[in-house]
Amino acid sequence: MESVWNYRALLFDGAMVTVQLALGALLLSVLLGLIGAMAKLSHNRLSQKLAGAYTTLIRGVPDLVLMMLLFYGGQQILNDVGELTGLWDYLEINQFSAGIFSIGFVFGAYMTETFRGAILAIPRGQIEAGIAFGMTPMKIFRRITWPQMVRFALPSFTNNWLVLVKATALVSVIGLHDLVWNASTAGRSVREPFTFMFAVLMIYLLLTAVSDVGLRWLDRKYSVGVRQV
Amino acid sequence: MQESTDRTFWEYLAYISENHSPLDFVLVWDHIDRFLWGTLLTLEITCLALLIGGLLSVPMAIARAYRHRWLNFPIWCFTYFFRGTPLLVQTYLLYYGLAQFDAVRESFLWEPVLSSAWWCALIAFTLNTAGYTTEFLRGSIVTTPSGEIEAARACGMSPLTMMRRIVLPSAFRRALPAYSNEVIFMLHSSVVLSTITLQDILGAGRWLNGRYYLAYEGFITAMLFYMVLVFIISRGFKLWEKHWLGHLRQRETDDASVTAKAN
Repeated sequence: MESVWNYRALLFDGAMVTVQLALGALLLSVLLGLIGAMAKLSHNRLSQKLAGAYTTLIRGVPDLVLMMLLFYGGQQILNDVGELTGLWDYLEINQFSAGIFSIGFVFGAYMTETFRGAILAIPRGQIEAGIAFGMTPMKIFRRITWPQMVRFALPSFTNNWLVLVKATALVSVIGLHDLVWNASTAGRSVREPFTFMFAVLMIYLLLTAVSDVGLRWLDRKYSVGVRQV
Repeated sequence: MQESTDRTFWEYLAYISENHSPLDFVLVWDHIDRFLWGTLLTLEITCLALLIGGLLSVPMAIARAYRHRWLNFPIWCFTYFFRGTPLLVQTYLLYYGLAQFDAVRESFLWEPVLSSAWWCALIAFTLNTAGYTTEFLRGSIVTTPSGEIEAARACGMSPLTMMRRIVLPSAFRRALPAYSNEVIFMLHSSVVLSTITLQDILGAGRWLNGRYYLAYEGFITAMLFYMVLVFIISRGFKLWEKHWLGHLRQRETDDASVTAKAN
């Protein structure tokens, strides 16, 4: 345990990278999820098909495969395109952005399903009432759809977030100096891999426990005035 | 004659594939056996873990659902730990971590089991899936309709008979959709195998890329393999759900049929 304490700065830096990565990926996934849900619910056949293909693809492919594809293959494609068009010179995708983009892309698909279900759960009559009041679509979204959507989406959102936090561990495989990477380096150098990995597990447990509490608070806040069965 | 045109055709195909195709498919085809072996390993560990983990989870879910006085809390801790942490780190803990202890290294289990990546992965995967399965199985046992229980009691069933004939079959049925997600999730998680030196599907892709210094051929092929597997699994579960949950499915009542019946 003492060795873990000696390496606390390294572990803390790693944990910060993990948290930043998770938050960045969450932001991207919420954005993609909203776009995806809108596309799935729109009347445009093409956007429905595209969003459907997106969620099917993600359900079929493990996140690490996409991450590696983006990190190694995306690099190549980016530079090939740059060479072909002459728009940019050599570009490098770093591990952090590969992590954010692949994890955000993967969880965007799950968020799409979450938001789609939440929007569908809002009684249609309320939207119609909004239209009858002469609200603009933006106002309907802000005043009617959004507040209820958050409530309906929160349980599934919480679940997605917890899975996302755990998925960030995979970026250590492509070499990002996150919590897992730093801890295994430290563990190898002092020959106490078990102690360090156990510390990592505890930190992850802390992260998930804290977010669980936070999201439950949010759930209570958004469920004010709704009777719980 | 036939043979020579045949050969030139293959040569031509290999040439196209190497120089003009965005993806060198002939190279992938030449090494397809690696991917098939990888598929076998992925399926082997995933299926074994699901089987053993599933068997472990049934008694644990029952103990949790009935809030057994001594077992409920330890099992809750177990599931909380395994559900709250990444599978990658759990696997690392076993595979890289256990060597830290001399007692483990000198024990009789070290040589055959605990020093092997295959066994460590199987143990970690099994415990992980047992944790998830226990929790949703508990959920579906708890939500057994009370009428079913009352009917079983009224028939004079002993608690054991009731569990075997009423509670578990009914709970398994309701847990089936969640279980299909767990199976796909487990298949996705099995990529962890390639990080502890095992040659699963992704491992084969990484090997191909490393050997020929490629950027994406191996990953794209691995991706296709995973997609086919997920497709087969979800199709299988759809059929299973149709078979098991037929009585719960909503009857197709579009407007036409309703009015037809009303007439």
